[in-house]
Amino acid sequence: MEVDLSVKNVTKSFKDFTAVDTVSFDVERGRFFSILGPSGCGKTTLLRMVAGFEEPSSGTIEIRGRDMAGFAPNRRPVNLIFQHLALFPMMNVADNIGFGLARRKESKAEINRKVSDILERVNLPGFETKKIHQLSGGQKQRVAIARSLVLNPTVLLLDEPLGALDLKLREQMKIELKKLQEQVGTTFIYITHDQSEALVMSDYVAVMNEGRFEQIDSPQNLYSRPATPFVARFVGNNNRIIGTVNKSGDSVTELVTRNGDTIQAKTPDPLPAGAEAELFIRPESIIIEPGTEIDGLNRLQVVVSSVLFDGANSQLLVQSGKSAEELLISLPQNRQYDHITAGDRVEIGWDAAAGNCFEAA
Amino acid sequence: MNSLGGLKARLPLLIFLIPILLWLFLLIVLPHIDLLRMSFRTENDFGDMVWSVHNYLEFFKEPVYWLTFTRTAIYAIIVTFLTLCISLPVAFYITKVAPPKFKGFLSLLLLMPFWVSELVRIYGWMILLRESGVINHFLVKWGILQQPVEMLYNDIAMTMGLVYTSMLFMAVPLLSVLDSLDDSLIEAAYDLGSNTVTIVRKIIIPHAMPGIASGSIVVFMLSLGNYLTPNLMGGKNSLWFTEQIYNQFIASFNWNQGSAFGFLLLVLSSLIIFIGLRLTNQQLSKVVQ
Repeated sequence: MEVDLSVKNVTKSFKDFTAVDTVSFDVERGRFFSILGPSGCGKTTLLRMVAGFEEPSSGTIEIRGRDMAGFAPNRRPVNLIFQHLALFPMMNVADNIGFGLARRKESKAEINRKVSDILERVNLPGFETKKIHQLSGGQKQRVAIARSLVLNPTVLLLDEPLGALDLKLREQMKIELKKLQEQVGTTFIYITHDQSEALVMSDYVAVMNEGRFEQIDSPQNLYSRPATPFVARFVGNNNRIIGTVNKSGDSVTELVTRNGDTIQAKTPDPLPAGAEAELFIRPESIIIEPGTEIDGLNRLQVVVSSVLFDGANSQLLVQSGKSAEELLISLPQNRQYDHITAGDRVEIGWDAAAGNCFEAA
Repeated sequence: MNSLGGLKARLPLLIFLIPILLWLFLLIVLPHIDLLRMSFRTENDFGDMVWSVHNYLEFFKEPVYWLTFTRTAIYAIIVTFLTLCISLPVAFYITKVAPPKFKGFLSLLLLMPFWVSELVRIYGWMILLRESGVINHFLVKWGILQQPVEMLYNDIAMTMGLVYTSMLFMAVPLLSVLDSLDDSLIEAAYDLGSNTVTIVRKIIIPHAMPGIASGSIVVFMLSLGNYLTPNLMGGKNSLWFTEQIYNQFIASFNWNQGSAFGFLLLVLSSLIIFIGLRLTNQQLSKVVQ
């Protein structure tokens, strides 16, 4: 697989802080690569460096093997879709999309053909003469994507373009964007703080925090095998249980929680005995009232503090023992658990291999 | 009863409007009506005042009058254009390039020369430029010139003085219109392959057009109607149309001819602005907002 974008040890420091701190990654051709992180983690700065609006303080950015240092944004084979799209309000749709082509001095006829082709592709046929202010949010989105895609960039950069849309439209655009990327086969680099956008659309996701990459992995691995506590907390819902390491073997670590319960967890490396550790367990990994015949479960007696009904995302909020720590448990809506109400005592359990255990920092 | 109630509701508005209405009517409308009446009066062969368009025809018949006007209009257009060329980069620098904390300070610098009267500012320029002035003094002292040259009393000095006087009136509308330009539009154009020239031509100027138009109207009108600067800095050959009007009123004491010129200036300059708006596809109601 050829590498379209290769970022090597890139650091960007401003006067008093480091926005991007020695970040390295490669993106293969045709991938949908997302950079996921909370706001202020440096992801926009990283993207602007790839686009050419900022120069890295150190490190190199290569596009198809060519070092991009010193190349201005108008001479890089990448295009950026801005957070607020930045469509030109003084031009109509066709002039917006044809803007980059006209800068390449392509003929009028050629531009018209390409514009109507790309409009067809983003499901806006016949929109050439519309003004920007006549378009709906989703249509503007598609025009912005068309304006960049028509130039056939090596890499398309997207800076949280769905952020301004309402929830329903965002869900729809997510799927649309994914399909479009599969059709055109262009390498997409997508930055977002919304983990669902990143997980749904991407082939690979990099989780970024305070200027550094915490983990680069497929969405599935990111979710099931987070490499750091930050990833475990940031991607998806997770319950955190803090305990002290009682003993730690090759693959099994035994924790004693603050409530005095003993739990087993799998860890890749043994943890030092007596160390503080945090265990992350997904709400959907916890079984309510597990059958007594199942072996290898961590079992806890808990009190239901409330039932949070939200259709398919319904959850139970439970409290274990004396501590104020609460656990979230997914509540399957197959009517099997309809009898559970607040105040009930129930047994819960989860497989020792389901949790992820880290030494507390 | 009903109409009385309506009057009561409108009374506060009326009270506040009265001063401005009085001001407009007594000081603007009334004198203009009298000037208009006067401009159509002329002496016949027997020395009696009669109605006639003679004063207006005089403007077209006598080349010195309409040539002066043409010259004035052309120079006012040049001044407007030069002011725009200088103000646009200045306004762009203040709104987009300068660090935010200096923006207010830079705008203040632009405003400061206007704290002193136009007369004082023009005399300032004269001190700098005249034969025995500051610039000549240093040029001679450093051996660049053998003897001082007269830099005043020509069209270039006059144009410069007018540009200097009008700068603020162009810069202020440009500052506000460029402030509303989203930076990401410039970046997007850059990202899509534009160079600086295309960004200015395709993005910045189209966006700034309302500000450019309103600034240009103000600067054009102010330059056309300026009396002080052309009179003090222009030479004997740089006759300005306002000086013609002044001459008619004060020197020739021909108020009828003077008021006809005044109205011609009003009509012709309005016509030029109308044509300018048409050419740039702008609407007056949007421009003056």
